[in-house]
Amino acid sequence: MTFEKFLFYTFALILLLAAVRVVTARNPVHSAMYLVLSFFSCAALWVLIEAEFLAITLVLVYVGAVMVLFLFVVMMLNINVDLLREGFIKYLPVGALVAIVSAVEMGLVLTTAKFGGAEKAELVRHGPEYSNTAEIGRVLYTDYLLAFELAAVLLLIAIVAAIALTMRKRPNTKYQNPGEQVRVKKEDRLRVVKMDAEEKQS
Amino acid sequence: MIMLSDYLIVSAILFCISLAGIFLNRKNVIILLMSIELMLLAVNINFVAFSAFLNDIAGQVFVFFILTVAAAEAAIGLAILVVLYRSKQSINVDDMDSMKG
Repeated sequence: MTFEKFLFYTFALILLLAAVRVVTARNPVHSAMYLVLSFFSCAALWVLIEAEFLAITLVLVYVGAVMVLFLFVVMMLNINVDLLREGFIKYLPVGALVAIVSAVEMGLVLTTAKFGGAEKAELVRHGPEYSNTAEIGRVLYTDYLLAFELAAVLLLIAIVAAIALTMRKRPNTKYQNPGEQVRVKKEDRLRVVKMDAEEKQS
Repeated sequence: MIMLSDYLIVSAILFCISLAGIFLNRKNVIILLMSIELMLLAVNINFVAFSAFLNDIAGQVFVFFILTVAAAEAAIGLAILVVLYRSKQSINVDDMDSMKG
């Protein structure tokens, strides 16, 4: 067993154990943390086959942004975990059955299918001058330019949608209206009352 | 030497784990969203592995787009979850039956 293979098995084992803990952990915060661990080990698996750009993107985008968003939401909401856990044991047999059946089906496909010679292909190792990022950038900005722009528009739409969904007007919040404050005149606030001078009490 | 089948097996097992997770945690919307993220990760592992072993960069470009869409999906899903929590004070799937669907 080469060192590469050893690294692969280590990271794959961590990935799968973390994934199991994501779905079985009692506390949603722990689930989110195990999800972070599985993303990290998946990024390591991608580095092993020279997909460095996507590995770093996975860590930056998922661990840095999406999982922080998950943690924010999990910690912001006051969740009754026990209520949500009920039915866990009840659905364990059917869940395990579906998982095992689909695993067997995928195994049958994998053992019989031919992937155009890729199943026997050795990994093409590139030299130190090869840049995965440059290769992706070259096709991304030429062949896939339209898809790239559409992805940018999609992200913009997602921003607008997320803000529009969560923004709300609280009726009992006190806030200032600067326009009204500026427009106010002396006559609105001050009333001069004519009255006689008071006599000094002896 | 790492082979293509190693990656395919890992991603198949990962997909099955997240599929079981959807069944097990069918009341908790947050874990459901996390299971969907794991499923997308399994698909992405397949794409990257095929891209590397067939020496075709297009698969990795596709993964880039999947990551974009998944990030947008997570953001909107969590926004909907927050709105739901505000109106129901709960994220239990069983409480989302006001439309009697």
